Amino acid sequence: MSAKDVNSETQGMDFVTSVPRRVVTVYLPLCIFVFILLFPFYWMAVTSIKPDAELLTREGNPFWVINPTLTHFHKLLFETAYPSWMWNTVIVSVVSTFASLFAAVLAAYAIERLRFTGSRPVGLSIFLAYLVPPSILFIPLAYIVFNLGIFDTRWALILTYPTFLIPFCTWLLMGYFRSIPLELEECALIDGATRLQILVKIVLPLAVPGLISAGIFAFTLSWNEFIYALTFISSSENKTVPVGVVTELVEGDVYHWGALMAGALLGSIPVAVMYSFFVEYYVSGMTGAVKE
Amino acid sequence: MNKLLDNRNFLGLVFMLPAAALLLLFLTYPLGLGTWLGFTDTKIGRAGEWVGLENFQYLFGDAVARLALFNTLFYTFVASVIKFVLGLWLAILLNQHLPFKSFFRAVVLLPFIVPTALSAIAFWWIYDSQFSIISWTLMKLGWINQYIDFLGDPWLARFSVIAANVWRGVPFVAISLLAGLQTIPVSLYEAAALDGASPWQRFYNVTLPLLTPIIAVVMTFSVLFTFTDFQLIYVITRGGPLNATHLMATLSFQRAISGGALGEGAALATAMIPFLLAAILFSYYGLQRRAWQQGATDK
Repeated sequence: MSAKDVNSETQGMDFVTSVPRRVVTVYLPLCIFVFILLFPFYWMAVTSIKPDAELLTREGNPFWVINPTLTHFHKLLFETAYPSWMWNTVIVSVVSTFASLFAAVLAAYAIERLRFTGSRPVGLSIFLAYLVPPSILFIPLAYIVFNLGIFDTRWALILTYPTFLIPFCTWLLMGYFRSIPLELEECALIDGATRLQILVKIVLPLAVPGLISAGIFAFTLSWNEFIYALTFISSSENKTVPVGVVTELVEGDVYHWGALMAGALLGSIPVAVMYSFFVEYYVSGMTGAVKE
Repeated sequence: MNKLLDNRNFLGLVFMLPAAALLLLFLTYPLGLGTWLGFTDTKIGRAGEWVGLENFQYLFGDAVARLALFNTLFYTFVASVIKFVLGLWLAILLNQHLPFKSFFRAVVLLPFIVPTALSAIAFWWIYDSQFSIISWTLMKLGWINQYIDFLGDPWLARFSVIAANVWRGVPFVAISLLAGLQTIPVSLYEAAALDGASPWQRFYNVTLPLLTPIIAVVMTFSVLFTFTDFQLIYVITRGGPLNATHLMATLSFQRAISGGALGEGAALATAMIPFLLAAILFSYYGLQRRAWQQGATDK
């Protein structure tokens, strides 16, 4: 083993096990895991390009496609409101993510660094807010949304998504702000900088990885949100992708599996691409929130 | 004005304002409102009146609501145990010295990041009674002689949705536990090995105790998310067959939004809160006790 491997501290004791043994105890189970975890995506993709004749038959090999077709995608993009669902999802996710980040940066800085009277209980209640699941909030929220007159608009989602985004982002950013040396701020204070200047010019540039983590995570959370969008939106053109695919593409007892899978695939790709660019940030965001 | 801005309490208040306003209006207030609605007979489009515990009494006598409670507990318990075992196993596998390690780690997390409603549709298709790929494969292997009706039989349907939930939840558990595993110094394993500890002993006496705090947190999150799950059930079975897969969340949606009985649905949702609190307190005190055993001082 090279020195680098020894130093990386995470390799455990596996250099004492033999190769054939490792194949059985490590590679084989790992391959099975990866196969099962990825199979539904493969199945989605294959189904979405199969013509109906191949879909609705028990003959042939269903794992493969003989005459690939784009009719399902064509139907989806030109005969349904899919493009506007996509557009709604993008707008709602982006706006609620940025709004939540803005609120979370200020709140996390106040709790972690201004240390105002009562900042500890406030920090704790932010964490508790993170544990409140949407499934127990959607009924009263529907009531509120309706009374505010924003039912069936994008505002209903943009205003309610921060309820699960802000607690998460604040909690994550508190951890990042804690790791920034206090001395930097003290120097700036002595040099006459205001708190806002310190936040914008010193703390934020140092917390960029944390901002990216929180932003990516918040974006995927809002992209994936389902129960609020299902409850607060009723007209087809205002729906988001997950809700639109589930509620609009199923007509009676006839399931258009091809179009359903095409919709599921197209709706998953943006988050998957986003995720693939920022895997490290995403993982550190997820594990950071759990570890604190 | 400048003096006021130097005051940390005033500035703290200003900085907290956007977050606090949104959270108070759309989180704290609805939490209270939901509890209150649970004690009223509110319907959609009609303001309700206080009816005391009537909703809860009614739900307690309602066979479907009791079944939903049983389903929720069963679903949460079975899915969480499987997710923990498989997640820990996958985390240990990923912690090995592997080629393409970061690739594996990235790929494993995919089920967790794509919209659950959309992957649930894929599972719906996988469980289709006529064209299920699982049935097809088992037929070709000669293990079964007719297609399995995954979502038609109550117990099969329960286990089918549990499988879908496990598929979605294992990556989260595995990647979080992996982060915990990576903080355990390898020297501890070497010392244990030199003392003659078998791999199983090394796992049981080194890995597990050091991992316990993070296991507690991860499993608390996992239990909370599973207990309040909605999307998977709504998409795959809508609570069927014969309400066999209805969870409290899906039943409260059906009663409140589809059925219009906001008060009754809110009561169902409120009834979930004690269970959630119990899970949080259980993990919190479990964690404290473990920290104290390991020599931490009382906070």
